[in-house]
Amino acid sequence: MHNHTTAHPALAHHFDSLDQQQEAASLGMWVFLLTEILFFGGLFLVYTIYRGWYPQAFASASHHLDIPLGTINTAVLIGSSLTMAMAVHAAQLNSRKGIMVFIVLTMVLGTVFLGIKGLEYSHKFHEHLIPGLHFEYAAEPQFVRHAQIFFSLYFVMTGLHAAHMIVGMGLMTWMLIWTARGVIGNGYYSPVEIVGLYWHFVDIVWIFLFPLLYLIGRHA
Amino acid sequence: MFDIPLFPERASTIAGEVDALYFFLVGLSGFFALLIATLIVAFAIRFRRRHADEVGAQVHGGLLLEIGWTVIPFIITMVIFFWGAKVYFAMANPPDETLNIYVVGKQWMWKVQHVTGQREINELHVPVGRPVRLIMTSEDVIHDFSIPAMRIKADVIPGRFVQIWFEPTNAGTYQIFCAEYCGTQHSAMIGRVSVMEPAAYQAWLSGGTAEGSLASRGEKLFADLACNTCHRPDARGRGPWLAGVFGHSVQLQDSSVVTADENYLRESIMQPAAKVTAGFQPVMPAFQGLITEEQLLALIEYVKSLSPAEQPQAQPAGTQR
Amino acid sequence: MATEFPAHHYLNDGYGIKSWLLTRDHKRIALLYLIAVTFFFFVGGAFAVLIRLDLATPPGDLVSDDTYNQLFTMHGVIMVFFFLIPAIPAILGNFLVPLMIGAKDLAFPKLNLLSWYIYIIGGLMGVYVLLTGGLDTGWTMYAPFSTRFSTTRVVPAALAIFVTGFSSILTGLNFIVTIHKMRAPGMGWFNMPLFLWSTYATSLINILGTPVIAITALLVAVERLFRFGFFDPALGGDPVLFQHLFWFYSHPAVYIMILPAMGVISELVAAFCRKPVFGYSFVAFSSLGIAVLGFLVWGHHMFVAGQSVYASLIFSMLSFLVAIPSAIKVFNWTATMYKGSVSWQTPMLYAIGFIGLFTIGGLTGLFLASIGVNVHVTDTYFIIAHFHYIMVGGTIMGYLGGLHYWWPKISGRLYPEGLSKLSAAIIFIGFNLTFFPQFILGYLGMPRRYHAYPPEFQVLNVLSSAGASILGVGYLLPMFYLAWSLRYGKPAGANPWGASGLEWTTTSPPPTENFPVTPTVTESPYHYPSPVVKHVA
Repeated sequence: MHNHTTAHPALAHHFDSLDQQQEAASLGMWVFLLTEILFFGGLFLVYTIYRGWYPQAFASASHHLDIPLGTINTAVLIGSSLTMAMAVHAAQLNSRKGIMVFIVLTMVLGTVFLGIKGLEYSHKFHEHLIPGLHFEYAAEPQFVRHAQIFFSLYFVMTGLHAAHMIVGMGLMTWMLIWTARGVIGNGYYSPVEIVGLYWHFVDIVWIFLFPLLYLIGRHA
Repeated sequence: MFDIPLFPERASTIAGEVDALYFFLVGLSGFFALLIATLIVAFAIRFRRRHADEVGAQVHGGLLLEIGWTVIPFIITMVIFFWGAKVYFAMANPPDETLNIYVVGKQWMWKVQHVTGQREINELHVPVGRPVRLIMTSEDVIHDFSIPAMRIKADVIPGRFVQIWFEPTNAGTYQIFCAEYCGTQHSAMIGRVSVMEPAAYQAWLSGGTAEGSLASRGEKLFADLACNTCHRPDARGRGPWLAGVFGHSVQLQDSSVVTADENYLRESIMQPAAKVTAGFQPVMPAFQGLITEEQLLALIEYVKSLSPAEQPQAQPAGTQR
Repeated sequence: MATEFPAHHYLNDGYGIKSWLLTRDHKRIALLYLIAVTFFFFVGGAFAVLIRLDLATPPGDLVSDDTYNQLFTMHGVIMVFFFLIPAIPAILGNFLVPLMIGAKDLAFPKLNLLSWYIYIIGGLMGVYVLLTGGLDTGWTMYAPFSTRFSTTRVVPAALAIFVTGFSSILTGLNFIVTIHKMRAPGMGWFNMPLFLWSTYATSLINILGTPVIAITALLVAVERLFRFGFFDPALGGDPVLFQHLFWFYSHPAVYIMILPAMGVISELVAAFCRKPVFGYSFVAFSSLGIAVLGFLVWGHHMFVAGQSVYASLIFSMLSFLVAIPSAIKVFNWTATMYKGSVSWQTPMLYAIGFIGLFTIGGLTGLFLASIGVNVHVTDTYFIIAHFHYIMVGGTIMGYLGGLHYWWPKISGRLYPEGLSKLSAAIIFIGFNLTFFPQFILGYLGMPRRYHAYPPEFQVLNVLSSAGASILGVGYLLPMFYLAWSLRYGKPAGANPWGASGLEWTTTSPPPTENFPVTPTVTESPYHYPSPVVKHVA
């Protein structure tokens, strides 16, 4: 048994030690991310199958996506993973100010990403490329049905990703509040760590989405 | 009053094979179920607790037994697997010479189209002793064409063809059911197969229809829909000439090769841009939504008639993309 | 000296609705689930009664076609998602996992409560669907019927399933972390009761499979709402792709439903034979084997659906392999009874019933794995009989057996043994009469989901409906005597059965913190003799 004269204030009553508690939290987040892989995995499977069947229609549809904006977004999101990692690092060093600065930076970058995404969505709306909503594909009409499938997948996959980002930013707000209140600190930082894990996962999903959606047939 | 059927009739060549496997499984299951039931009841009685503090023998396991009752079930299940696969192969591989009949399912009826031109609703007339191949599709949702007496069924899927085959062995009428839930009147989507002696079947056939055979209807449609303006034998044709296409390989624009079966013909009419023949441009309009399933069948049968009487490579009971 | 009821325990540790609705105590959460799950069981059961009433006569003359289609759909949706999947894990698992490993609670108590609230929200969404037009797609929701043709509440139903799935995912996550990180000192993996192995394997399936049904339900809703074309051939989609995605989850789902029951049976057989389970590590590994292999066989639902011959053969072979670990368990349970001290108390009757009925159900699975026979019997009543033997003859018997075994621990009271034995017998008889005739009907060719049927099938249908009425009585009885026991049952004492296991070393009912001091485990999970203990100091 551990010999604490006073238990750490963050130690929950059902755990025997802070170590046990933090390990449990970490394992819990990894398990959760595993479920997210299966969740997005279903979508990636659907994408893979349809792209295999209709490669030309998919390539054609992919060319309607905005590569400069997508590339900026990729850089923004990777940057936000960096700032998030810095926030975790600050937490390990017990720097409350560092945690808060880096979390705010991460949220700023996340907001930039979402803003650009919103811009792209509005472009698609004006170009009549939202399936089911007066979808038009006049330039290459032979691909209209299968291009609709591409765009259906585009909106569901990036939409779900964006929803995950919004949740992530909510979690970060929560972490800001806890840090300000002093709950985080003094050796207790696993909440920040596991929010960081979540955010890195969201980043990795985008790293797969970007080439699969934006870069079809763009090599050479 | 007690004429309760407990076992279905057998009306096809495959039925006996299915039943043989079934009876083996019934015997096997009966044996093991009885064995386990007897053992647990016997143990419950023989070793019943005689006083409140009694405990059982503190035995933890036996490796030999574990291996035994792992290996023996494994062997038995593999025997069943191979036997079942054998029966399945027979179901999935029709003979080369079959009488082809088209079936279209829709909410809530079966439309049968003979190549000689006859149409039936919820009825299917076939001759005894000749292998019949049903080429089937759906106009709306997934249905399932099931003939229990023949021991065969297959889901019919909108947007593609599936095939099953059977060889009737006894004249008579047998139940057709729709066996995939399809909405309000799913249980009313039933019919009858009439298996007839050859002479009676010939008589039935010759009460034909004024419209002529399915292929001749297709030929007419081919002209009406202006297919023949592009699909011509001369060099000015913007589409490939279709004689000899069905049943053979086709090279596509992206260098891949496909077999021109019924599903290929279907897709080439409905969504031609999906597979463009090498050397041609993707200029053919899509006929999805412009023609009915019956018209599609007529066109396909016409294109098939342009090939020498040859079936494609054996089509399994499922479909392959 | 009469058995004393403990003065302080989790049931009187705080009164009032807030102390229940905001509890973090896994035991109270288990009871919250018990109430909700029982409610849904009877709603789903009521639909079954109506179905069997209508099927007593060949024409569909009790309700309209559309109503009948909604009845079997909602029966399936409620029984699968709101009863069978949560019942044993969320009720017995929640109650027992911390007790069995010597912990004070699960790893994430607040997440546990959240799981319950998510279940309730999903359930309310399901009730909303029921009250505003119902669902008539079958619980399998095949496209394109569900995405374009059905005129019922497909989108709210798909979203209800989407939401409810997260309850399972979070519960599974909680169990996995708890079992990994919170076992008492001395309890290695091979020192755990087998119920925990089953719970762990079930949780693995829960976290890996449920997300796939979640995304599939979401795609159905999106396709229906926005006309995105994933599964509808009219929009370029593939309806068979829906089936692959659906069954990728829904096959492992059936193992979510049976594995916990198997875990219960291991506990029951050990306790009521006062003997270690024969072949502990084989039974433990077979749970994992079922979980793994269970993910590889989904195509056996699609042998006639347009799947390729070669894929079908692979799925057939794997489906035979997945039967083997189940067979290993049955043989090991049987061997456990040999030279045991076999009690005939109610939980053991349920265990014996389970072994017999699950064996029959599992053997009929061999018929279905074999494609040659499958083609004839798929989509018929043979399938219905097969899965009801496993789900009802298996899972529900396991659930009731577990409920009766741990009832004294949960409530601190004993129930009347005569009535409980009578109920078990009624259930056994009613069950077999309901479902055995359906095997015969299936081979005759009677399709499933049929509102009306040819007259020659009537006698078998009447037998089945008669059985259903008996079965219904059998299920109602425990509700009454278990509720009665809460007030009038004799106090049970810490270990009324003389069973082994950490849960029996604490009071009945247990204190909120389960163990005042974290126990250190020195014995194997099934060690006898264990004293019948009337009170704990």
